[in-house]
Amino acid sequence: MLYALLIYEAEDVSESYSDADMEQALEGHRNLQNDTKADGVFVEANQLMPAGSATSVRVRNGEVSVMDGPFAETKELLLGLYVVDCGTLDQAVEYARRIPHAETGGIEVRPVAYFERSGSDQLQWPTSD
Amino acid sequence: MADLGLTLRAAQPQALATLIRVLGDLTLAEDVLQEACVRAIGKWPEIGIPENPVAWLVATGRNHAIDLFRRRALEERHAGAMAVLDEADQAAWNEIETGADIVLKDDLTRLIFTCCHPALSPDAQVALTLKTVAGLSVEEIAHAFLAAPRTMEQRIVRAKRKIRDAGIPYEVPGPAELPERLTSVLQVAYLIFNEGYKASRGDAIVRHELAQQAIRLARILSRLFRAEPEVTGLLALMLLQHARRDARADRDGALIPLDEQDRTRWDRALIAEGRALIEKTLRRKRPGPYQIQAAIAAVHGVSQSHAETDWREIAALYALLEKYQPSPVVTLNRAVAVAQVDGPRAALELLDVIGDSPDMQRYRYYHASRAAFLADLGDRSGARAAYERALLLTENQPERAFLEKKISEQK
Repeated sequence: MLYALLIYEAEDVSESYSDADMEQALEGHRNLQNDTKADGVFVEANQLMPAGSATSVRVRNGEVSVMDGPFAETKELLLGLYVVDCGTLDQAVEYARRIPHAETGGIEVRPVAYFERSGSDQLQWPTSD
Repeated sequence: MADLGLTLRAAQPQALATLIRVLGDLTLAEDVLQEACVRAIGKWPEIGIPENPVAWLVATGRNHAIDLFRRRALEERHAGAMAVLDEADQAAWNEIETGADIVLKDDLTRLIFTCCHPALSPDAQVALTLKTVAGLSVEEIAHAFLAAPRTMEQRIVRAKRKIRDAGIPYEVPGPAELPERLTSVLQVAYLIFNEGYKASRGDAIVRHELAQQAIRLARILSRLFRAEPEVTGLLALMLLQHARRDARADRDGALIPLDEQDRTRWDRALIAEGRALIEKTLRRKRPGPYQIQAAIAAVHGVSQSHAETDWREIAALYALLEKYQPSPVVTLNRAVAVAQVDGPRAALELLDVIGDSPDMQRYRYYHASRAAFLADLGDRSGARAAYERALLLTENQPERAFLEKKISEQK
């Protein structure tokens, strides 16, 4: 069986990380990834860009609406996710609007943070900024 | 060299748009353009204003970027940095140097669509468009929106970060998305214009400057999208509305309704320009909401007085506008025109159609118009009740005084 482990955290907590906090968290991720790989259960792990980079897509009566910001409704539950490799946000939105749930719920399009996958296969923080 | 500042300012948006494409980064493009402008201020008095100021700024900005990359390459031994520039489209670059308009035009169009992308909040779209396309400083934008410069700066920084992080493209949308995306570009321009006319704003000079920036933006848009009649329609609408700027408010800033405005204070030159534009555009027979609203404003613009207005034409134009942009407010405006042509009974029948709308029940002009029609029919108690509803919804003091006078007349 595949399990998704979804990570939740208040944004101000992760934003206020010191270098040492960050290194500690990174160490934890690295250990977990090494262990899950050693156990043969690792599939993939991704860090998402901050919520400020999010775009919400909804389709109502065939009309696509694209808006700034994350999908903030509280009564909806997370049903699943797609990861697509697109050149631009517009291209990602083109696929997002075709997800059937865009017509009743909403789709949040959030960039995945870029990790340099160096030869050593070691986890690194994204290089932007 | 009195023109130096003006020339420099006029050339900046275009130079920025091209530098973004050449360098592939909005913030870097802004930084090197700023350096190029500093150099222009130093050099131009000496060498004269270049024949093609945009090309001069782009070349100087690009050279500055190359210097920056070289320095960084030395410091960080980051050999890859130079490759960014080598990859820049050399063929397009040569065209810029020879001043090929088509390339420049495409750059500016791309920049406008990036700034008005729906994945940015409306506030961010407005701020970014004023900063990059209209070339206003952060202080000027903050002043226009009565915001602290720091707040405005943060809004712009956040918008630029979103463009970069989310991968908002620097490109003109494909034919399928173009009409909708162009509509949102026009909305941003009209939002800026209307912001200049918010009655809550005290400083008339600031308001007029914002409206003028919106008109400048609309002029740029109508040059870029010659084939789109709605773009010219929006420009004409702005010109015709702006023509009434000196007549539409009294000394205290209270709004004066159209029928009470001193028409000698309307700007005849702007009316003539707006009218010529809309007449030419309507001949293309592809009407839309902005063109129709401009046509209505043009009819008012040439009328000597409220009574001498061609109300039949206005009523017909509102009926057409209802088809393109149905809304209770449009129907209310149509009813006001119909009252002048077919009398109050026909106008009241139209109001009955929209009377159930909660927006109209809360709208003081709906009740005030209905009251006036009822009074014309001799229904004093009905008119008084409707004026009283309008009074309950009005906070503006001169308007309250007007309504109170009307109520006392119905006793």
